[in-house]
Amino acid sequence: MTAETPTRPRSTRPAAWRHTDILDLDDFDVDEIETVLTLADRMREVLDRRIARVPALRGYTVVNLFYEPSTRTRASFELAGKVLGADVITITTSTSSVVKGESLIDTVRTMRAMRADAIVMRHSMAGAAYLAAEHTDAAIINAGDGSHAHPTQALLDLYTIRKHIGDLRGKRVVMVGDIAHSRVARSDMWGLTALGAEVVVCGPPTLLPRGLRPGDRPSHAESALPPVIIETEIDRAIEGADVVMALRLQSERQQGGLLPSLHEYSQFYQVTAERLKRAKPHHLLMHPGPKNEGVEIAATVASGSASIIEEQVTNGVAVRMALLYLLSGRTDLPGEETR
Amino acid sequence: MATLAIHNGRVIDPALGRDGIADVVIVDGRIARVGPNEGDMVVEAERIDATGLVVVPGFVDLHTHLREPGFEGKETIRTGTAAAARGGYTTVCAMANTRPPMDSRAAIESVLREAEKSGIVRVLPIGCITRGREGAELAPAGELAGAGVVALSDDGDAVSDPSLMRHALEYATRWGLPVAQHCEDPALVRDGQMHEGWVATRLGLRGRPASAEETFVARDIALAELTGGHLHICHVSTAGSVALIAAAKARGAHVTAEVAPHHLTLTHEEVGFGDDYRSIHYHTNAKVNPPLREEVDIAALRAALRSGIIDAVATDHAPHGQGDKEIEFDLAAPGLTMLETSFALCMKLVHDGDIDLPTLIERMTIGPVRAWGLDIRAGFDGLGTLAPGAPGDVAILDPNAEWTVDPAAFASKGKNTPLAGRMLRGLVVATVFGGALVHDTGRVVAL
Repeated sequence: MTAETPTRPRSTRPAAWRHTDILDLDDFDVDEIETVLTLADRMREVLDRRIARVPALRGYTVVNLFYEPSTRTRASFELAGKVLGADVITITTSTSSVVKGESLIDTVRTMRAMRADAIVMRHSMAGAAYLAAEHTDAAIINAGDGSHAHPTQALLDLYTIRKHIGDLRGKRVVMVGDIAHSRVARSDMWGLTALGAEVVVCGPPTLLPRGLRPGDRPSHAESALPPVIIETEIDRAIEGADVVMALRLQSERQQGGLLPSLHEYSQFYQVTAERLKRAKPHHLLMHPGPKNEGVEIAATVASGSASIIEEQVTNGVAVRMALLYLLSGRTDLPGEETR
Repeated sequence: MATLAIHNGRVIDPALGRDGIADVVIVDGRIARVGPNEGDMVVEAERIDATGLVVVPGFVDLHTHLREPGFEGKETIRTGTAAAARGGYTTVCAMANTRPPMDSRAAIESVLREAEKSGIVRVLPIGCITRGREGAELAPAGELAGAGVVALSDDGDAVSDPSLMRHALEYATRWGLPVAQHCEDPALVRDGQMHEGWVATRLGLRGRPASAEETFVARDIALAELTGGHLHICHVSTAGSVALIAAAKARGAHVTAEVAPHHLTLTHEEVGFGDDYRSIHYHTNAKVNPPLREEVDIAALRAALRSGIIDAVATDHAPHGQGDKEIEFDLAAPGLTMLETSFALCMKLVHDGDIDLPTLIERMTIGPVRAWGLDIRAGFDGLGTLAPGAPGDVAILDPNAEWTVDPAAFASKGKNTPLAGRMLRGLVVATVFGGALVHDTGRVVAL
């Protein structure tokens, strides 16, 4: 007689998880960020298997609703869902056609009526994901809303940095570029400061948002923006940095009169090997992609030894797996058998 | 003879310097007598007991979007004037950004006809500054004046071309019309969605800087001084604009100005925050142009309203449908429905000790009338006052009554207010227009 010992599946019910949508990191507590990063480790393990597929999200439907072109974020979410066995569909549409036709709210409700469990939304306008979240009980994941937020990118950045340097407290993280229009920078500021990093944002004065300096807002609103250091001089910003992140510069900024030329920008703000000499010896170099090599980042640096840019991409899938899983509310992470 | 006697209220009539307990007697739609116990002298009358209440001339709004013709889904002359009555307003100046816009005699006459037919209070039309509100050629100011407009405005948009604005001011002097400018430089606001500042940064929304208003205020004051034209600055919203207007008035320039209740009381934080700064929202009902600003601006605007640098409160009542607001913030229509909350919002200034009640009433009655010279124009005798012979227009107020804003109860079709659910202090108890009760909360007692 074989003793059937029922093996209780290892519970992955998270210690701390309260979100039903992921809109930005501003309302994440440190313990929730830790939950995501810890789970992402397990997901990374799944992802690195020979056959990277577990049925954790079988029967779970993820709709990627992309109103703005995106290759990597879209692919990253598609893969994350598929690795976990979810049904994933992707809808790409332009905002202009939506303006004429079906409203955002209608589209989201329609997706929910088709039993979408999670909607991953990319939109050119700030707040679009918030609007969606107000009008559906499907989980909304903000995959970028205008210049506002890109929380999944920020979480993968946190995960990647943590893998290399561990505790972020007191570490100097420098973001260089178009801070004013960067949803990545905004979300990263929340996540990095929550974990105790010293965050420096650096760019030409025309690309720095107003109100970020603590003195630019009333004292009662001190906590309304993350505490960051503002620099317009790149060498001073990079001095002693543990992490340097170059941000993508859109060429529209020149046409918009915010910059004299891309050439001048690269002269004063390009992350170069020479400038990185001021960083700590074992610094990390990051970029959220897609890169304009020769503009915001020198090609040699992007592929240099400090660069963890490709790792960011791989980790992106793992972090998004963790987020989909957490939002699904499921508590078992099976799949040992597919190893 | 139809007679209405309003007994025993505190009568505040700033035009005549009256402030005391008195009766107001209205005969055949016009003010007959005001004074202690005057009501007791009339034998046959409808009587209202205003004991414990404040009795003032009906409010005059220089800036109301009635939306008809063209946008009847947002508001009609009927619903807009009903909202006015509920707000204590007995005269509203109808903005020109209708479809078609108010740039011809025929358009003006159609509004006046509709107002005559379905209006609940008085409607005074405003004509366009430029043909089609396109900012390219002057609208026919003479023809519009003949049709009865009280001012010219392209409100919603600024007249951007400085040369055209110069000529608009110059040309309008022939008919004595104020040119009411929406001061925001479109080249500087671009596609800005809210006040440029730390809230916009948090929300990732593009900003409309205060300087976009101030550069146009400064420019248009210079043009008014060049031409001798009458510049009226709509919805002043920044401390910098206040300083420019103060200096212009000190030099004797023919400049007048209005401020909206929301700019006196609400900041840009309305757009993004609820109870704390931890989470955000995108509150399209707080999207308005010019945008809600900062505490320093509110302080400057209140001081300017008190001192008279700003002549009038004007609502900028801008009703929109749900579909115009329940949408991405960038696509949402700017504007707030305001007629029915205006008095209560403005009472906050009195309760905060920033202005006294008679001065506030001045800025809502005779202040706007004088700003546009209606007190010296034929056909408007006594408007904004309780002088004998004046229109029998009265608002009866309880400055201390508290009530909760419920947009569903608005007479306006526009439910677009950021104040929903909020407790306000200051109630329009009843409104009398031409001697007839047009709004009544049931709190006035017929004697």
